[in-house]
Amino acid sequence: MKEGFRQAMAWLHTWAGLIFGWLLFAIFLTGTLAYFKDEISHWMQPEIPARSLSSEASLTLAQHYLEQHAAGASRWLIDLPDAREPGLSVRWQQAPATPGTRGQFTEKLLDPQTGAEVQGRDTRGGEFFYRFHFQLQMPYPWGRWLSTIAAMVMFVALISGIITHKKIFKDFFTFRPRKGQRSWLDGHNAVGVLVLPFHLMITYSSLVIFMTMVMPASILAAYKGDAEAFYDEVFPASNTPDMAGKPGQLAPLAPLLERASEQWSGGRTGSLTVNNPGDANASVILARDGADRVVHDFGSALTFNGVTGQLLSATPKQALPMAIAGSFYGLHMGHFAGPVLRWLYFICGLAGTAMIGTGLVIWLGKRQLKHAKSGVMPFELRLVEVLNIASMSGLMVAVAAVFWANRLLPVAMAGRADWEVNSFFIVWGLSVLHAMVRRGRAGWVEQLALAALLFCALPLLNALTTPYHLGVTLMQGDWTMAGFDLTCLGSGLFFAWAAWKMQRAGQAGVVTRPRAKSIMLEQEAH
Amino acid sequence: MKGKITALPVSYRLAVTSRVLAAVLGGYLVAALASVSLTMWLPLARGEAVVTGMMTSFLVYLVAVLWCFACRSAWQAWFGLIVPSVVLAAVAGLAYWLGH
Repeated sequence: MKEGFRQAMAWLHTWAGLIFGWLLFAIFLTGTLAYFKDEISHWMQPEIPARSLSSEASLTLAQHYLEQHAAGASRWLIDLPDAREPGLSVRWQQAPATPGTRGQFTEKLLDPQTGAEVQGRDTRGGEFFYRFHFQLQMPYPWGRWLSTIAAMVMFVALISGIITHKKIFKDFFTFRPRKGQRSWLDGHNAVGVLVLPFHLMITYSSLVIFMTMVMPASILAAYKGDAEAFYDEVFPASNTPDMAGKPGQLAPLAPLLERASEQWSGGRTGSLTVNNPGDANASVILARDGADRVVHDFGSALTFNGVTGQLLSATPKQALPMAIAGSFYGLHMGHFAGPVLRWLYFICGLAGTAMIGTGLVIWLGKRQLKHAKSGVMPFELRLVEVLNIASMSGLMVAVAAVFWANRLLPVAMAGRADWEVNSFFIVWGLSVLHAMVRRGRAGWVEQLALAALLFCALPLLNALTTPYHLGVTLMQGDWTMAGFDLTCLGSGLFFAWAAWKMQRAGQAGVVTRPRAKSIMLEQEAH
Repeated sequence: MKGKITALPVSYRLAVTSRVLAAVLGGYLVAALASVSLTMWLPLARGEAVVTGMMTSFLVYLVAVLWCFACRSAWQAWFGLIVPSVVLAAVAGLAYWLGH
């Protein structure tokens, strides 16, 4: 660390990137999948039909259903369907048996066109990838802490990487393919620079999302240790009138959507809460859908009187710092993104994943060169190799395993959703064992080939186990189902190509590996 | 400095460990104190100042970590964190005291 600023930054970039690289790879990949959370859920729960629908009609159906099935409940919660999430979800809470306790919740999924109950297969759908992305399947709050720490390391690695790689724009136009280690480094730099704004945004925003958890000192100092007071001030709860105790007739809810839209200058309602639905003092809270603009506003809501329809209160406008934090949240989540922008998010996420992956490969590749002649690798390099293989190709196989489990596990099986998740971790664990047994390239090639096979065969499996195969979905224009199948096919073909390249590079690399090149690399690459 | 790990003396390894600790713990301390100072002194409503302080703190953390690895020695890394910590703590403490 005596060599000067850029060398020091290169050292920091190398080691921070290595230690957290495997975890960050998994976080980036699952986060990228989470941009298509609803689409993945739709594929994994094909029983719920995707149709064009109107919020008003759906809401009327939901109100009708709840009046029949949950008239005595203390609270109704209605999640309106949108183009991406076709299910109309209704929940209701019974009045608690003893005051002060929480009443029991019931949840039903309705067909937004007919109002009939739909029974989807038990699955966590895309929600699994979304949750894993920041909770890492750990108990609260450890997973969130670990992923936020990883985000901070990512931030450090990004900035130190930019400093290291000073000729950022000149180098961007130099890609030297088929040059082994040099191509990996060029690729690492190219994907890093190409989507650099995305990387900076996604990394910094992930810190902002969990800032109240990881950096609470200023809350405690400003509010004299009373964190609740801060949350009450920043996320104001809607004040709702108490129960009158007299019965009242709930007005139709659907017209409220139009009035909310006027209040929000065109904004959509995402969900509704009806408090004390049968009471004269019933109140309706309309929460704004996060998908209609970039700036996310927690708890932006309107409260109406449920019987008279009078507007009771509206949450105040966001102050500027909250709007800035809200826009980082909104940019990270990408709820506002339409199909084209959503694909762009997905591609940027993949580029980030690829940047981390190539970085890990470069770290090992440079150090392996020294041991190429003797053929014996020291333990620490072997460890990195096993982790590289399992964390990258093994993870791909594990993702495929979730989708296979979703189609193969019996619909009526108890604990079905859990077993989908278990199959992910079982397969991932097996990939570690496989990488330990199989050395180097053989491990890569075999796992990539398996991933290729599993992904390419997914559309076929879907066709064999459900009536929603590509022939039907393409004809009907169901682009969610068809897009999922086609993306799997595309990923499978990519993995097949990668496996083939790995296989060939391995054969060629044994014969010709000029010593001079490796020395040059030592000087050039960090 | 890579690839020669086995040949590195113990003192070097201790220095690296010291820098890592300085970066992780000392960096967090500076970041947290910076967020508190900002919150105390910014002419904004309380909640807004808190959010601004928290958002800025990660940039402070970043600079602190880079400093720990860019400076010449591990001692210097610690020194460069302790001085701003003391200053920030004094600034925040002053505001706290004035506020009472």
